[in-house]
Amino acid sequence: MEIVAEVNRITKSFDNREVLKGIDFKIEKGENLVVFGKSGSGKSVLIKCMAGLLSPDDGEVIMLGEKIADLETHELNIIRKRIGFLFQSGALYDSMTVRENLEFPLRDLNQSKKDEIDSLVVEALENVGLKDAIDKMPSELSGGMRKRIGLARTLILKPEIILYDEPTTGLDPITSKEISELILDIQKKYNAASVIITHDVECARITANRMVIIKEGVVVAAGTFQELSKSSDQWVRSFFS
Amino acid sequence: MAIELKIKVSAVSKAVGKPFENLYIKTLRGFFEEITRLTLFTFRFFKELVKPPYEVNEFLKQAYLIGYKSIPLVVITGFIMGLVLTIQSRPTLVEFGAESWLPAMVAISIIREIGPVITALIFAGKVGSGIGAELASMKATEQIDAMEVSGINPFKYLVVTRIAAATIMLPVLVILADAVSLYGAYVGVNLKGDVSFHLFFLEVFAKLSFTDVLPAIIKTFFFGFAVGSIGCYRGYHASQGTEGVGVASNAAVVQGSLTIFILDMVVVQITSLFI
Ligand SMILES: Nc1ncnc2c1ncn2[C@@H]1O[C@H](COP(=O)(O)OP(=O)(O)O)[C@@H](O)[C@H]1O
Ligand SMILES: [Mg+2]
Repeated sequence: MEIVAEVNRITKSFDNREVLKGIDFKIEKGENLVVFGKSGSGKSVLIKCMAGLLSPDDGEVIMLGEKIADLETHELNIIRKRIGFLFQSGALYDSMTVRENLEFPLRDLNQSKKDEIDSLVVEALENVGLKDAIDKMPSELSGGMRKRIGLARTLILKPEIILYDEPTTGLDPITSKEISELILDIQKKYNAASVIITHDVECARITANRMVIIKEGVVVAAGTFQELSKSSDQWVRSFFS
Repeated sequence: MAIELKIKVSAVSKAVGKPFENLYIKTLRGFFEEITRLTLFTFRFFKELVKPPYEVNEFLKQAYLIGYKSIPLVVITGFIMGLVLTIQSRPTLVEFGAESWLPAMVAISIIREIGPVITALIFAGKVGSGIGAELASMKATEQIDAMEVSGINPFKYLVVTRIAAATIMLPVLVILADAVSLYGAYVGVNLKGDVSFHLFFLEVFAKLSFTDVLPAIIKTFFFGFAVGSIGCYRGYHASQGTEGVGVASNAAVVQGSLTIFILDMVVVQITSLFI
């Protein structure tokens, strides 16, 4: 299988506090990898290192065959267009309409092809089932809708790797389930590799092909959802009960 | 007893004296570090300003929001400034029998000092705090990160456009405020006297020289730049979370206003060397 992303022994500290203490994993093409851990265990820090928003103190991140730390800004920007990132809060630009939000990542592509951009926007919104929201402002949307629009914006560049930061946190169980199923649909449709950061067992059960569990900055367990839920480790099993 | 007291004193001085010294040094060091970071931030502005692609649309949008949207506020305060200054100055001039100097004296005060400084302070209160709060909340809700991961340079898109718009729009607003202020002064003169519009401006322009106007306008570019860059710096480097938004917006106003006064003092010293 083709490896699309690798995280090799990365460490990261803030003010002498070690948040990540050497995390390792690989992601294969078309796979959904769930990274599971408690709040404050450094999951967001990890995923931000993968997107090049934070630089790890040590170790390396390889995305789509490129070492992120070695790239010049413009090279990094080219790689970033091939990686999608769904933020915990959706991170919609609140001064822009939904349409403008979706057009934003396309802005340095061919500006002239207006029709093409329009059809990409509509397609992305259809994929998340929110075509009617196209002219709304983010403040008019519910939490679940914001996540979906955020996802649509992430998908508009047809990324090869998608990083999800807690896609279901803060949503009611039914909306959570819808989002989790949407993640599965996207996996099928785009054949992208995904890293799904979560502490929601239900989301992990639905989306995971494979899971890693992190605790205090290290990977403590890895395997499929089935394997981990029957783990001999009491601590690991405690998540699934 | 004496020994006991001595021990107490030394204990107290240990507890109070040492941290006290450290506090001064720490505050001072913090201050210089902050100045250094702000300076680097403005260097980065100039570096990214000249590098294509240019964010023309966003710049125009910001110029509209920062400039056009401030017009009502600037017009109202400008008018009152001119009117009140005239009313307040009249008794003193009357006492010296120099009432006819009123238009020229008020005009010079407005153009040289009061117009630029008051308008810049209002600008810091409206625009500086707005920029600080907006960028800080974009940071808190990960919108700045979102721009960065979609391969768009947020510094260029958000910061460069806002600083440039503030730098260019403040002088325009000051010129407007000056004009409205002079009209306010004209109204003020006519409250208790009778000077025609034509005569009023004839007297004003007879006394005003190029050296009154030009340095006063030039310094407003610096004021605008200061308000824009401090607002952006505060917002862009705000601490995470919603309380960071209030802190950033407040600091943008306080530090922006203080910087305006300091710059004003420096500019006055420099111009007095040459003129
Ligand atoms: N930019 C930062 N500066 C300082 N500390 C940070 C920063 N980002 C995260 N941290 C700290 O790292 C720890 C892990 O945070 P995070 O990755 O957000 O956890 P989570 O697993 O809930 O996403 C937290 O204790 C947080 O305080
Ligand atoms: Mg998190």
